[in-house]
Amino acid sequence: MNATSSGGSNAGWFSALKLIALLLVLWQALAWMVGDVAMRTPLQTMTFTANLLTSPSFWPHLAETGRAFGLALLLAVVIGLAIGFLLGINRFASDVLEPVLVALYSIPKITLYPILLLMFGLGVAAKVAFGTIHGVIPIALFTLAAVRNVRPVFVKTGRVMGLGTGRMISGILLPAAMPEIFTGLRVGFSLTLIGTLLGEMFASQRGLGFMLMNAIGLHNVDVIMALTFLLVLFAGSASGLLLFLNRRLYQRA
Amino acid sequence: MTSIMTTSKPITPTRTPSAPGAAQVSLRGVDKEFIRPGRSGETVHALGPIDLDLRRGEFFAVVGPSGCGKSTLLELVAGLSTATRGDVTFEGKPIHNRIPDGVGVVFQEDASFPWLSVRENIAFGLRRIKIDPKERERRIENALAMMGLTSFAHSFPAQLSGGMRQRVCIARTLVTEPRLILLDEPFGALDQQTRLLMGDEVLNLWRKTGATVFLITHALDEAAMLADRIGVMSARPGRLIDIVETGWPRDRDSRIVQEEAFGAITARLWRSLRAESMKAIGKPEVEP
Repeated sequence: MNATSSGGSNAGWFSALKLIALLLVLWQALAWMVGDVAMRTPLQTMTFTANLLTSPSFWPHLAETGRAFGLALLLAVVIGLAIGFLLGINRFASDVLEPVLVALYSIPKITLYPILLLMFGLGVAAKVAFGTIHGVIPIALFTLAAVRNVRPVFVKTGRVMGLGTGRMISGILLPAAMPEIFTGLRVGFSLTLIGTLLGEMFASQRGLGFMLMNAIGLHNVDVIMALTFLLVLFAGSASGLLLFLNRRLYQRA
Repeated sequence: MTSIMTTSKPITPTRTPSAPGAAQVSLRGVDKEFIRPGRSGETVHALGPIDLDLRRGEFFAVVGPSGCGKSTLLELVAGLSTATRGDVTFEGKPIHNRIPDGVGVVFQEDASFPWLSVRENIAFGLRRIKIDPKERERRIENALAMMGLTSFAHSFPAQLSGGMRQRVCIARTLVTEPRLILLDEPFGALDQQTRLLMGDEVLNLWRKTGATVFLITHALDEAAMLADRIGVMSARPGRLIDIVETGWPRDRDSRIVQEEAFGAITARLWRSLRAESMKAIGKPEVEP
């Protein structure tokens, strides 16, 4: 059993390494094709990223984005899970409100940004709000579907055991729905990050989004590539971590 | 109610019959109607009227054609559903959509929680019950041992066969030490050999716990092998059209399928059920 799982784990790492190698080769090929007017090679990007990370002016921007993103994600998760659970356990409410959520989700969020700026002003609050509205609806929709899809026999078992609403949610609904909720959290995580960065790109004086917009204006390909590389690394690692946690905690076999 | 139910004499008992006790569950004039979903809002008479007493400590099985309301009957006794008319009482107290204490239910579908180990699944049954940790451990160990799951205590349901997962569900019910165990076709998804063996285990549990067992099944041989009394239900709206006393001794196992009386019981069940099953599939029996 151990030998098998260790063999399986090694095969998984080997596949991941092969995928990374393939992506680097494609990146290198693309950089050669489009030239240095638009891209940098992986080696150039990594070297510049290392320099950027040692520059003292970079860290306040990262901290600003981190703070805004952390708050936006917290709000998106808490509000999204609450909406998802409330609608998921109430069939009538979910039948009525799910189409409304989907309609809201299909609105291009950027059209709401001027309104958010007027509401919250130029600062971290507007970025947090913009990040939150990107992440909250997918988390709510995934949670709603996950709770509604919990096998009825689990709920019946909970009722037979005389569990109240709180224990039913914490003991049965939440763990049973968790694999799908994790998918929602992964999507919500990425969209909240996009929302926060977009907020910084369009109306901000600090943060990675602001740095990116500035670099675009100055045609600084090195900064654009390094920031994109860092964001991909961060989003990819977080998504991988959530996937790992989900498997570890709820899909034990 | 002018009952069409008949209580038969025991069919050639071959050993000493078990002695059933006083009524523990009582159903009086119980009817269940549903509103059909959709625009019509039509009322469907699913069950009843039913009058039935379950004696304390007996093994009672219910057989009937598909869709006759067997599971609805179990849900009424379990407190998972409310009767449209009539009264259901457990130990003298009415059940009104409230799960009574002392009742355990095992469903046909696999209800083991995949995110918990076997041991955690069984311990989950004690979540609402306040007992000291030593007693808790004793009950869990007992349930594990009784269902032959001790060596699988740390496995997860996905690592077990269908029969073993069903044992986990039975153990999770047993750990609460119920006085009434309701089984809703618990072996429906298992193969014939496993069903016979699981039947032996259920009989063993029934003897050890002294609980009353109410079994819903579509398998006539299963009912004939396990039960002290078998209620035969009509096609929808389900009513009890016959109650057969098997006369089996309390100390029995799956070997009774070889007895002559076993054949007589299943034949009698099928005689009562054939016309109802034909009705249930929309082909009323025509007298030759």
